[in-house]
Amino acid sequence: MTRFIDLTLNGISNGAIYAAVALAFVLIWRATRIVNFAAGGMLMITTFVASSVISSSGSYWLGFFVALAMGFVLGGVVERLIIRRVEGGPPLNSVIVTIGLLILLQAIAGMIWSATPRSFPPAFSIRGYHVGSHTYLFGPFDVFTVLAVLGVAAALFLLFRFTDLGLKMRAAAFEPVVARLQGVRVGNMFTLGWALASLAGSLAGLLIGPQVFVGPNNFDAVAIFGFAAAVLGGLDSPIGALVGGLILGLALSYVSGYAGASLVTLAALAILVAVLMVRPSGIFSSAKARRI
Amino acid sequence: MSMGTETPAQPSAVETAGPPVGPRRGGLPSWLRLPDQTLLRNLLLAVFFGVILWILSENFDSFTNLRLATVAYYFTALAGLTVLTGLNGQISLGHGALMAVGAYSTAILVGRTGFPLGAALAAATAITALTGVAVGAAASRLRGPYLAGATLAFAIGLPGLADRYPKAFGGENGLSVAPPTPPASLGLDFPLERWEAWIACLCALLVFVVLANLLRSRVGRAFRAVRDDEVAAQLAGLNVARTQVLAFVVSAACAGLAGGALVVVTQLAAPGAFQLALSLALLTGIVLGGLGSLTGALWGAIALVYLPQWSDDLAHSFSLSNDVQSNLPLALYGIVLMVVIVAAPQGIQGALRGLARIAHAALRKKPATEEEA
Repeated sequence: MTRFIDLTLNGISNGAIYAAVALAFVLIWRATRIVNFAAGGMLMITTFVASSVISSSGSYWLGFFVALAMGFVLGGVVERLIIRRVEGGPPLNSVIVTIGLLILLQAIAGMIWSATPRSFPPAFSIRGYHVGSHTYLFGPFDVFTVLAVLGVAAALFLLFRFTDLGLKMRAAAFEPVVARLQGVRVGNMFTLGWALASLAGSLAGLLIGPQVFVGPNNFDAVAIFGFAAAVLGGLDSPIGALVGGLILGLALSYVSGYAGASLVTLAALAILVAVLMVRPSGIFSSAKARRI
Repeated sequence: MSMGTETPAQPSAVETAGPPVGPRRGGLPSWLRLPDQTLLRNLLLAVFFGVILWILSENFDSFTNLRLATVAYYFTALAGLTVLTGLNGQISLGHGALMAVGAYSTAILVGRTGFPLGAALAAATAITALTGVAVGAAASRLRGPYLAGATLAFAIGLPGLADRYPKAFGGENGLSVAPPTPPASLGLDFPLERWEAWIACLCALLVFVVLANLLRSRVGRAFRAVRDDEVAAQLAGLNVARTQVLAFVVSAACAGLAGGALVVVTQLAAPGAFQLALSLALLTGIVLGGLGSLTGALWGAIALVYLPQWSDDLAHSFSLSNDVQSNLPLALYGIVLMVVIVAAPQGIQGALRGLARIAHAALRKKPATEEEA
């Protein structure tokens, strides 16, 4: 029983991180109808920056917030400089451009910080809480992880639902032409969407860093699981991203704990395909999104 | 119309590999013109390419022959993928895994059960096509990014089987097979690499003939109709789901044969060769070359083999620190991908077609004004 609780808690904590990455995919998909394959590379760069800032200044929180700010800026810059040129074009072209960007970012990271992975500090202790004689696989840092992701998700929810800016962003995403006629600067909204997405991604990088270490290719897996979570929940739905991340985190934790770590990727495949066979546009897809 | 004589036979022949065009009405003398019957024309083209490849392989050193073989098996896979993605509109990030199915099937059949190579390649193609039925049936329910996500999961999940069942699939080290032996009739000192290049090129030519015919048939038209408008295709009496599954099966069969050819060339089927990077490279290849065209698949295959090599050479021509030097080829590769797509969204084949059109228009203009004068 304690093993089950351990796996559940571990799944929730990892699921929160997948949810943050999934949020990054969903925000970009909503804004520009592009699947950003460079998401893993972008959060890798910001986590490397955090690592450098932390080791030179000695302050974790300085690095933490520099990374978040950097994520925000990087997302906007990438959209303006690169993605703007393929928006509205054939979907495959944007796929190739983001793959190209991913490769470029990984190469740049390798040039600056070398390919050897380095450790990354957690914000709080990663040692589990003791209850009775058992030490749970869930410590202060896991609590922080879950709260931070929930906090970002709640902030995004408030932004989209209750502010003028959020309304403009939704209008630009769903009816760009009408929004433009109403005076919304649609291009700026797209840039902001990318910036916010990249911010959520950089948070995920900071949270998963202590587990996977920081290296040019170390965030590939979390990016892929995040994408799977986004697809699982439905790419149009931020709530779907959270639920998808949680489902995937829990499922992978159980599979890894009870059936062996080598089955994790196969299990992710099975879950994704099984869900998509029942709901071809994800769990939280709206019915009208379906063609024919 | 008489100005068509300016076009030599060779480029117009290459052109037919793309989306079908009407029968050639150029002004070539009739004995130089390619026949209008699709099968006959494609067979003639295949023989023509075969002769060129034969001459090339006779003159290449063993290293270049290996390159030729690599281009050939990449072409085999890319041709299938470009039919699926370019002509049927289904994106697949899982073709690397389908190549793995073909490669492991070949390695097991040749290495364990002692199948002759040709039969093993045919069986591997069939096995991968069957896998394609299953994947395609799932894929036909999905669209756009959801299809991308599902096939991505396939690409990542499948190589895990090799680790999970090390007895059957040899784990991380994979399965190695003995190199193919050139027939004794070719002489005892016939280079192995040339023989491998021949096998791989034969696979590529076979796929070329089959696909070029298929694309100009009722099936090819059905593929395109479903890609352009599913509702309209359905109203015209096409079964959309079945057409999509068929496209996936055709494409999977090509990937399977390509995987088999890969085993012939590298003598190894190991999970490391079939990571997600391979699937992404295949997708990159068809878009770089020009989506939906068999000629584009050829450009893509050449780019996949030579682009990393060129960027590697370029990086080594500068004297740089180790970290920078080892990552520069990767950076150049990423930049080239982005620049090509932004500058030439139709890929290499699209850019060449644009150039050809400009040249053609320039050639036509001159005599037209002369006539007026």
